[in-house]
Amino acid sequence: MISVLKSGLMTTIQDTGRYGYQKDGVIVSGAMDQQAHRIANLLVGNSVDAATMEITLMGPVLEFQEDALIAICGGNLTPIIDGDSVSMWKPLYIKKGSELRFGQPKKGFRCYLSISGGFQVRKVMGSASTYLRANMGGFEGRTLEKGDQLRFGQPDSLPKDSKEQLKTLNKATSFKEASWFVGPEFTDYMKNDQPIRVMPGREFDLFTEQSKEHFFNGAFQIDSKSDRMGYRLNGTTLNLENKKDIVSEAVTFGTIQVPPDGNPILLLADHQTTGGYPKIGQVATVDLPRIAQMRPGEKINFSPISHEEAQHLLLEKEKNLKQLQRGIETKLF
Amino acid sequence: MNISIHPLGDQALLIDFGESINEETNQQVRQAATKLDEQKPDWMIEYIPAFSTLTILYNPYYIAKKIRSQELLPYEWARTKVLDLLSQSSSYHSEERTIEIPVCYGGEWGPDLSFVASHNSMSEEDVIDIHMKGDYLVYMIGFAPGFPYIGGMDKKIAAPRRDDPRLSIPSGSVGIAGEQTGVYPIETPGGWQLIGRTPLKLFEADRDHPSLLQAGDRIRFTRIDEAEYKHLKEGEQ
Repeated sequence: MISVLKSGLMTTIQDTGRYGYQKDGVIVSGAMDQQAHRIANLLVGNSVDAATMEITLMGPVLEFQEDALIAICGGNLTPIIDGDSVSMWKPLYIKKGSELRFGQPKKGFRCYLSISGGFQVRKVMGSASTYLRANMGGFEGRTLEKGDQLRFGQPDSLPKDSKEQLKTLNKATSFKEASWFVGPEFTDYMKNDQPIRVMPGREFDLFTEQSKEHFFNGAFQIDSKSDRMGYRLNGTTLNLENKKDIVSEAVTFGTIQVPPDGNPILLLADHQTTGGYPKIGQVATVDLPRIAQMRPGEKINFSPISHEEAQHLLLEKEKNLKQLQRGIETKLF
Repeated sequence: MNISIHPLGDQALLIDFGESINEETNQQVRQAATKLDEQKPDWMIEYIPAFSTLTILYNPYYIAKKIRSQELLPYEWARTKVLDLLSQSSSYHSEERTIEIPVCYGGEWGPDLSFVASHNSMSEEDVIDIHMKGDYLVYMIGFAPGFPYIGGMDKKIAAPRRDDPRLSIPSGSVGIAGEQTGVYPIETPGGWQLIGRTPLKLFEADRDHPSLLQAGDRIRFTRIDEAEYKHLKEGEQ
């Protein structure tokens, strides 16, 4: 059991998402940064779809009532256990009675806390993800609050040396870090030095030459009114050549649509199932983790990518993640 | 048939059956959805039907492993599969479900009924009559869990949205906005003119089929009184 002593800015339980019910109008939700969520699970011997805790900018304070094997991946929000800062992207053995808190955020916007056995919440429509607007899923359909008690499951196969590791903790130390960690090729994506790669959307050609040009060459800024549903982007407004009514159709995580006011909206994990605004672009899936780690106020640039190339990059990334998984498994089991 | 297939990003494809909103096009969408239900392709994650399009989410990595080809893009492979599927004749015949939605019209259940009546220079009874006589089709579910986009309302009872949207509309509210009628599955803010309320639960996460309605359903609104409303409402709890 884990007790929530302080809630943090916005802390929710998420997994890979709630698929299969979009035809009923139920949104997917799930972790905004699927890469960090997935690696966090791998590091504690979980399956990739186990529930993790999504922590946003200002983290919670958590007290562990049991020994546990955990990992923290994603944005660096300065995790601290009993006064000592701890490493991210590696397994951590934490002792019963210890307290995990977060300091000043250093890099990125969200991080994921995984725990061996996964957070145990009642699954709704096959998923543990929190759907805040419908008060559904996750921990009682809401963000975590002070006083909440979170259960975690018994891992299917506890990494063999984790119990041994925990035994070696002496009275003075609250935690122990594994000696190895995930390499920078999987963790170093939080610098905003390259534009976000975008495929042209279905209505790309309906925009004026000037708007198309600006979309790829101008800069936008993420508005403060952004949330898990979408980032509102401010910059030069984008306009259609001719007004056109668009019939509502499916949109996905990464769709960039442009409402009549001309300010684009980049749809994220909590996007509605369908949308009726013209779609100027679609972010390549491999760049979504970078998007998830951007903060309101941050500048964002786009560069064009073909749909073929985006899919090739996605396949390559998936291959690399599978390789990482095998590497972690040899270390853990 | 004028069908085209387009990528929607690198993990989804969209089948476009034509640009306009009409029953024929929407029926093609449903036919394709029925075929997908029957065949349940292992590479498909889920599909999302809309007015005139059907979008399929797929797993490109799964396809790449399945086809073991370096050259063929998973999208191209999935596209061929979809064209195949669309060309097959199907056992689907337009067997429509008609869902009856009992509505308690007017009074506290439909506080805007009098507005809709006076706006159209008719009596409240006329509005109820015309609303009940409509031939309604659910084109798609979207916007919110279980929210139906319904076509077929008689323009004679059309009414503009409220100038001051209500902060909270109770679930089950039946309303009119412009030339559309709709039912709210969950409590939400909104500007629709409310003419009645149904005791039916349009959405419940723990049911086998969480959404009461699905695309392609016909709807018939029937009239109930307050006592029946309360009785049915208790049965739904």
